[in-house]
Amino acid sequence: MNTLVIARLTFKEAARRKILLAALVLGIVFLIVFDLGFHLILNEMERSQYGPNILQKNEISGFLYTAGLYVVNFLTVMMTVLTSVDTLSGEIQSGTIHTLLAKPVRRWEIVGGKWLGFAGMISLYLLMMAGGITLFIYLRSDYVLSAFARNPFLAMGLIWLNALLMLSISLFGGTFLSTLANGVLVFGLFGVAFIGGWIEQIGGFFPEFNARLSATNIGILTSLLMPSEALWKRAAYEVQSPLTGALGFSPFFSSTIPSPLMIVYASLYLVVILFFAVYLFKRRDL
Amino acid sequence: MTAIETKHLRKVFGEKTAVEDLTLSVERGEVFGFLGPNGAGKTTSVKILLDLTRPTSGEGYLFGMRLSDPAARRRVGFLPEHFRFHDWLTAEEFLALHADLYGMERAQARRRTGELLELVNLAPHAQKRLRTFSKGMLQRIGLAQALLNEPELVFLDEPTSGLDPVGRRLVRDIIRDLRSRNTTVFLNSHLLSEVEITCDRVAFIKQGKVLRTSALQDLVEGELSVTIRGRGLTQEISAELNRWGSNVRLDGEHLHLTVQGEVDLPDINRYLVSQGVDVYELSPQRVSLEDLFIQIVGTDGGL
Repeated sequence: MNTLVIARLTFKEAARRKILLAALVLGIVFLIVFDLGFHLILNEMERSQYGPNILQKNEISGFLYTAGLYVVNFLTVMMTVLTSVDTLSGEIQSGTIHTLLAKPVRRWEIVGGKWLGFAGMISLYLLMMAGGITLFIYLRSDYVLSAFARNPFLAMGLIWLNALLMLSISLFGGTFLSTLANGVLVFGLFGVAFIGGWIEQIGGFFPEFNARLSATNIGILTSLLMPSEALWKRAAYEVQSPLTGALGFSPFFSSTIPSPLMIVYASLYLVVILFFAVYLFKRRDL
Repeated sequence: MTAIETKHLRKVFGEKTAVEDLTLSVERGEVFGFLGPNGAGKTTSVKILLDLTRPTSGEGYLFGMRLSDPAARRRVGFLPEHFRFHDWLTAEEFLALHADLYGMERAQARRRTGELLELVNLAPHAQKRLRTFSKGMLQRIGLAQALLNEPELVFLDEPTSGLDPVGRRLVRDIIRDLRSRNTTVFLNSHLLSEVEITCDRVAFIKQGKVLRTSALQDLVEGELSVTIRGRGLTQEISAELNRWGSNVRLDGEHLHLTVQGEVDLPDINRYLVSQGVDVYELSPQRVSLEDLFIQIVGTDGGL
């Protein structure tokens, strides 16, 4: 019950502070630009002298779809972290938390409520953004449901999982760090995972086995430290056509595909980090 | 049953001991003043009682329930010292939120919200956001928030520090009203005049330790501060006066001491005369709470 009260409060705060409005307006702008651009490019291809080539069309659709999802993934992560990074540390610092916790409220209900509130918000945002581009691509090119994309719904699910993971880490950091330090922690982890992923990617092309192995190990290590990039890579894999994968020339298409085990690991990571967030918040002097 | 019962609560932050030994017993229905200089550990003590801060050792109970039991806080109201609230809420929404957290029924919450906004004179501002409120208005809405659940125990941490005289009178009236309903009030304050007017019993705390707990009546009306002016006062004579009083201080022709009541005054006079002292003046004065505060806590004040 209290969890829902806090979740509602979190949602309301985002609305009051015009975060929801900004996200909505810019989200719509993004969708318009994406859809318009996609439409124009396909139009141009269809008009060209060679006529619509199903392979080319799919190639371009796949590329733009992945690029679109990449931006959505990035924006969702940003939105998640920027809105939640301050929520615990800020309330602790300002003292607003005192009035909340002097009520018959348990500390986990505060963490749980905030998590739920932000998770709801992020889910709506992601549904609008990823859903928007997926729907348009489907309507315009039937790429999504063709045999070329493996599983766009799983891809969206992975982006969602990634956002929830970032949210959990951000709440975790907020229980013991200041807002700024927490921001450094969360974005720092994100950055480490990002660069680790790219080292792994580029290292995949090394001719020498040992060099390839070290690069892969760096990638695996950083993924274990922070699975966000691995989740994105798996998501990208789920929307790419196998042909592009085989050619391997797009920056979005990974040479090494994170295994389903990585998804399990990320889910466990989320649960454990949320558990620690509650644990630390419970012990914290306010 | 006591409203608050603590045994040797202690809180250490790293190197610093914020609360050394908090042993208190506050009866139901009493207005309890918690006095001490800045930095004495008053706010930390309140935070421990509300389970916002966990004690390093010792134990405490609200209505016989452990401090860590949220159920205890169902019957408690709290006005924090810095009254920082979610300022993007309107006054009405703010009260509705806290009513929800108390688990109050919708209808009851609405009734209480109306009553309390009326009580703290904020009814015309019900739809305004707290961001636009002055310090005094924030304190009043905070007070309303602390009374939402018709609590049996209210913690007020420096409730009048931001208020003008009208606001202070309001707080005093509210405290009086709470007392008449047999509500326990734990008043944390260094405004001694406030405490003098409102409290039944006070505790003096310094460097995290309760130095003395006493009924205000006994403190202020029992003790007398006596000034004696006489010729022939000696150290031996003044030492002998410890029989009747405390804090005996000889200063040339002046002698100061504190006695427990008027009854001792003739004896003191007879004794002085018998020792050959020429007594020119023997004037008893009621001890003000401020004097007592200085006496008990010392002049070094907050650290």
